[in-house]
Formats: sequence, C-alpha cells, structure tokens
Amino acid sequence: MNVIDLKRMANQIRQDIITMLVPAKSGHPGGSLSAADILTVLYFQEMRIRPDEPHWEERDRFVLSKGHAAPVLYAALAEKGYFPKEELLGLRQTGRMLQGHPDMKGIPGVDMSTGSLGQGFSAANGMALAGKMDGKDYRVYALLGDGELAEGQVWEAAMAAAHFKLDNLTAILDVNGLQIDGTTDEVMSSAPLPDKWRAFGWHVIELDGHDIEALLKGFDEAHRVKGRPTILIAKTVKGKGVSFMENAVGWHGNAPNAEQAEQALKALREEAVQLG
Amino acid sequence: MAEKQATREAYGKALIALGAENPNIVVLDADLSKSTKTAEFAKTYPERFLNMGIAEQNMMGTAAGLATSGKIPFASTFAVFATGRAFEQIRNSIAYPKLNVKIAATHAGITVGEDGATHQAIEDVAIMRALPNMTVLVPADGVETRQAIFAAAKHQGPVYIRMGRLELPVLFDKNYHFEIGKANILRKGRDAAIVANGVMVAIAMEAAEALAQEGISVTVVNAASVKPFDRETLTLVAKEVKAVVTAEEHTVIGGLGSAVAEVLAEEWPLPLVRVGLQDTFGESGRPYELLEKYGLTKERLVEAVKQALSKAGS
Ligand SMILES: Cc1ncc(C[n+]2csc(CCOP(=O)(O)OP(=O)(O)O)c2C)c(N)n1
Ligand SMILES: [Mg+2]
Repeated sequence: MNVIDLKRMANQIRQDIITMLVPAKSGHPGGSLSAADILTVLYFQEMRIRPDEPHWEERDRFVLSKGHAAPVLYAALAEKGYFPKEELLGLRQTGRMLQGHPDMKGIPGVDMSTGSLGQGFSAANGMALAGKMDGKDYRVYALLGDGELAEGQVWEAAMAAAHFKLDNLTAILDVNGLQIDGTTDEVMSSAPLPDKWRAFGWHVIELDGHDIEALLKGFDEAHRVKGRPTILIAKTVKGKGVSFMENAVGWHGNAPNAEQAEQALKALREEAVQLG
Repeated sequence: MAEKQATREAYGKALIALGAENPNIVVLDADLSKSTKTAEFAKTYPERFLNMGIAEQNMMGTAAGLATSGKIPFASTFAVFATGRAFEQIRNSIAYPKLNVKIAATHAGITVGEDGATHQAIEDVAIMRALPNMTVLVPADGVETRQAIFAAAKHQGPVYIRMGRLELPVLFDKNYHFEIGKANILRKGRDAAIVANGVMVAIAMEAAEALAQEGISVTVVNAASVKPFDRETLTLVAKEVKAVVTAEEHTVIGGLGSAVAEVLAEEWPLPLVRVGLQDTFGESGRPYELLEKYGLTKERLVEAVKQALSKAGS
C-alpha cells in the first residue's frame, strides 16, 4: 500500500474501533487509537502474512503485549480479511469470538493470548528464538505500552533479547504518556527511555508514531540491523483521532455511548473525505 | 429491590475509616486505584499511599518491607495479578516470614465480566489457601467486607481478602458479626445444607427459599473465612442434615468446595455436590449472563441440593 492508502486504512481502523466499542459497552479506546497507525503499517505493509492461512509457518508474528488494546488488533485483522467484519460487533459479548483480550485459541490471526501486561513481550522472544533455531526468516513484532514498562518482566525480556541477539525481533513502544491512574510521569516514571533501551543492548529508533512514512522507514531500518533487537520508541497521542479522547486519561477503559460515537465517527469520516 | 453495593466499594470506604483510626495503615496499588477503590484513600492520606505502577511483584515485596518496619500495608490490585503475577513474592516474602501484609484483591471471579478470562481469577482462593500462615477471607456483601477489612487490620499476619467488581445485594445489617475463623449460619433446615461465600451467598439464600416452597428445608452457611475454616460449625451442621452442597464463584478445585470436602471426609462423611466453575476458564460477557452460563444460579443450586439428597437416598 502507498502512504495515502495506509492513511485511509488507519482512518478506517479508527472508525472500526469506535464502532465496535458501542455495543460492547466497555473496552479500551485510548490505547487502541494511539496504536492505529502502527498496526496499519504493520498489517498492511510491513508484515509477511496470509490472512487465509493464519497458521502459515513462515508468517511474521505480532504480539500485542498491551493486550487491552485488542480493538485495534481486531480491526486490523478484520480489515485484512482474517474474519468477517460483522464479528467486531460481538466484541466482549457472552459466547462470541472476540474476547476482551486477545485469545489465540479462538481468534484467527491472533498469534499470542495477552492481557496480563509484560507477558506478551517474553512470548515474542520465544517466537524469535524458535525462528532462529529453525533457520526461518520470519520476523516478530511486539507492541508495548509505556505504563507496561513498569513490569519487571519487560526488562527481563529486554535483557534476554539482546543476549540472544534477536535481530529478527522488533519492539514498538507506544509512548502515549498515560496509563490508568495518571500520566506515566506521575505514576511510575520510566525516563530516560532511549538511554534505558540502549543500555540494555537494543538498537533504538525514536519516531512519531502517527507519521506513516517515519514508521515505514523505521521498520526498514530495523530490517538492516544485525546482531541485536530494535525498538521503535513511538511518540503517540492516547485517543488519537477522536478530539475528546485525545490525551484524556478517562478514556483509557471506557466505551463511548452511541451519541459520543456518532460525534467521533463524523469527524473521522470528514477526515477520510479530506484524504480523498 | 434491596440496597446494593460492590464489595470493592465497601473496601474503599473501610480503608478511609481505618486510616483515620490507625496511622500505620499504608495502602499500595498497581495503577488500578480507581477500580480497586483505593483512590479515595490516596486522596485523603496521600502521604500513606504508594502507587507502584504496573509492577505487582515489586508492590508485594515492598509491602513486605513496610511490614517489617511497623506498617500495616494493604496491597491492592485485581485478584489475578495479586495472586498470579506476584505469587512467589507472596509466598517467600510475605507468608513464609509471616509478615503483616493484607492483600486486598478486587475483581475476583467471572463477574469481572467483559474483560474476559485473563482478568477473571478463578483459582486465587485455592492458591492462597495452600500457603501456610495465610488467612483467606471471601466476604459476601458490603457490610461483611467492612468487618473483614477491620478484622484483617487487627489480625497479626498475612491476610488475603477476595472482593468483586459486581454490585451485590446488601445481606447483613449492623448486628451482623464477622469473625476470622467463624462461619455464620444464616438459615436453619433439616434436609440439606448449602455452604457458600462471596457472590454465591445471596444466590444460596434464594435457592433455600425456592426449595422451602417445595418442602425441602435447607441450612445456609456463610463461610467467608475459608482459612482458617470453621470445622466445628460445619460438623455441627452436617450432623443435622443428610447432604451438603457448596457454592463458590471459583473453580471447584481447591477452594471452598475442597475445604468443605476435606472437613466432611474427616469429620462426618455426607453426600456432597460442589457448585462452582467445573475446571474451566471464564470468558467475556455480562456478569449475570456468565453466572448463568457457568451454572452459578439459584436454579443450579436447587438442582444440586436435589442431586445431593438423592445420593443420600432420600
Ligand atoms: C499485569 C497487569 N497489571 C495490571 C493490568 C491492568 N491494566 C490494564 S491496561 C493498564 C494500563 C496500561 O498502560 P499503558 O501500558 O501505558 O497502555 P496504553 O496507555 O497504551 O493503553 C493496566 C494497569 C494488566 N492488564 N496487567
Ligand atoms: Mg500509555
């Protein structure tokens, strides 16, 4: 996809996120919207995948370590054709496929079950190690939240990935500056971020997580780095694309009602028209 | 309709009162203070509140250290992360040294609802109960929660208190008396006994009422103190009935059902049916729909009592 198509897709994914959260009546819009551009670039340009063959052994893998952002993953998978878009409207409902947090047993395209913060990143290491053992050239991607960084397991995994020279692993850090109880600086500061990751042996790329071209370049650079893992430290806006959700801590884990959703969708549709 | 309150709500309020009474009460949370309801304490006593970020293991270890130095820490997060993520910190830094840490966990059981299986602790009572030195409490309403929190603060040693997200009917009035290690008989019958705790107590009372309409008279025991377990009360109750049913919002492996089975087997063997999650994880959905789907209902309890009685040959 070209850049303009990717921008259109990111807009569509944002609309899907809002649309699916209304009947769900619960869920996490803020951290889903902040990651919409990142997942768009991954699923519609960067990753080598076959939606009609979700368990294809040579596929690139994606782990949503910040599993509560499930809506953005489900939107990307549905748009990519892993399952019908109508499924999105069954999100979080009894007996339906789309669980509140990603469930690899039941959802085509979900490579790892997540939801307990910190754990997905280790699983991504395991996938990258298996690829090395089997001499396969697939790549592994893991998306982490900035609040999630407080988990000790994240740093255990970071240390191990550098130790095992996992250059087939790319982490993306969604630095939206917010968690649940406040800003990351108020709750548990992780600064200075790039220095910490460099000290752990990672190749660090800092970029704007809503700049499609920067993301494309960043992933390209990661491909070329040998002997160590790469992290894209992506500066983002929580709730990006929905004015009243942007940088608002209250929209971490609350679904919009029908009226709020209509307001959000109207603005997103207008943005889509502008994109042409 | 009776008044309703979530046990986590009562916990938040109890903490404020405790904090006023005792300057050694310190509260820790792991980026969930709005959900666990410790946020109000944080506002009232900011100098005695520690937000540890999303780092449950470090939170439990820090609570242990605070306890060694005279504080009475209440460490709160969701039950899954408290007992799961930080299990070994609880085991080796809290239970083994018998430190005075109170693990006040909310969002237990499938009534967490929409967040789904990753967030629904269904095994927390079993793993906490297996730890030497640990006291395990599962209150049934807001009134009992408040008393359990005060009792935990007074008790010297580690306590696990299991609370929920869902609003529950208020069952007890001011005269109710909760005590660690004591079960409460809420209703007396001759045919069978239902031993319940937490969410299932109100449902057990409804089932007993429905059974009474059919001429089956049932004792209902509220076993909020899963550990220490009140062997005496259960044995006395067992001697007066023909069969027992347990009811818990938890896997039937290792929790209340197991505690009752152990006591009955050793003291007074009787036919037993354990109602709870049958060795399965939960899923996303609305809380009452999930209770229905997983058989945690009045109807299931009525059926279970009849099953237990038929095993007793009556
Ligand atoms: C181990 C664990 N502890 C707590 C939670 C509850 N929780 C879900 S999201 C969240 C905040 C996440 O913040 P961040 O990583 O910054 O995500 P984002 O801002 O991208 O949504 C918390 C505490 C969890 N899911 N897992
Ligand atoms: Mg964040």
